Amino acid sequence: MGEKKLVRRRDLILLAVLLLIGAVMLGYWMLRPADLNGVAEVSVDGKVVMELPLKTDTEVVIDGYGGGEHPLVIQDGKADMVSASCPDGICVRHRAISADGESIICLPNRVVVTIRGGEEGVVDAVG
Amino acid sequence: MPSVKSKARQVALCGLLVALAFILSYVEALVPINLGIPGVKLGLANLVVLIALYTLDLRWAFTISVVRIVLAGLTFGGLFSMLYSLAGGLLSFVVMALLSRKNLLGTVGVSICGGVAHNIGQLLMAMLVLETGSVWYYFPVLLISGSVAGVLISLLGGWMTGRVRKFLSR
Repeated sequence: MGEKKLVRRRDLILLAVLLLIGAVMLGYWMLRPADLNGVAEVSVDGKVVMELPLKTDTEVVIDGYGGGEHPLVIQDGKADMVSASCPDGICVRHRAISADGESIICLPNRVVVTIRGGEEGVVDAVG
Repeated sequence: MPSVKSKARQVALCGLLVALAFILSYVEALVPINLGIPGVKLGLANLVVLIALYTLDLRWAFTISVVRIVLAGLTFGGLFSMLYSLAGGLLSFVVMALLSRKNLLGTVGVSICGGVAHNIGQLLMAMLVLETGSVWYYFPVLLISGSVAGVLISLLGGWMTGRVRKFLSR
């Protein structure tokens, strides 16, 4: 464009570095183990409205800001948004979440579902 | 490229570019990308901002950048999506304006930084609106998508300015 060069070697290095950083962070998230003692924290417009333990299978309907409805299913230790009445339906496409810090976010209805890890050091006593 | 001095020419070009950006926003609204992560998009209208940055004065480029966001927001997105676009668009503009005036990166590099800055601006706005830091969980995907979008936009831009250079510089 203009007199300046379109592609320079630095551009390619920058691209490679950014992609690498992105890939490493993404890999970190993808490989995180599911948090069995985790809780799905649901907030609407910045306020926490529900805390659902991932251990218990359940299905709830989140009332979004401005009236949208978001059915949230918790099954096999994962939380998933199965349908939504928001304009873009982006949150529905998101995969089910189960690791500490993972989130499903619906911008139009201001709904955020975030996994919060169970207390550390507490070994789940089975039986 | 010889600088375009006549004010009338600048105004006319400015109007043309706003119209083009508006159309590109419409085209993008017709074919949304849905990966489950809000904010992942090509940002076709940024093509116009990039071209403006390299062919017009900064203030004209800035005007185009803001006007097209307001226009597209009112027409296709709604007020709230306009807030996100403004946050992304302004941060992206500042970053690209600074970088395009320095001899640090080529156009592709500038555009990559613009794409990433756009997504960071939107994340900051989402953090304010949703009052949660959880939004940064999307950062890795947005970093990658912003970089890739930046590359595509700059290549398109390079190809386009090659085609219309005669008109722009006469």
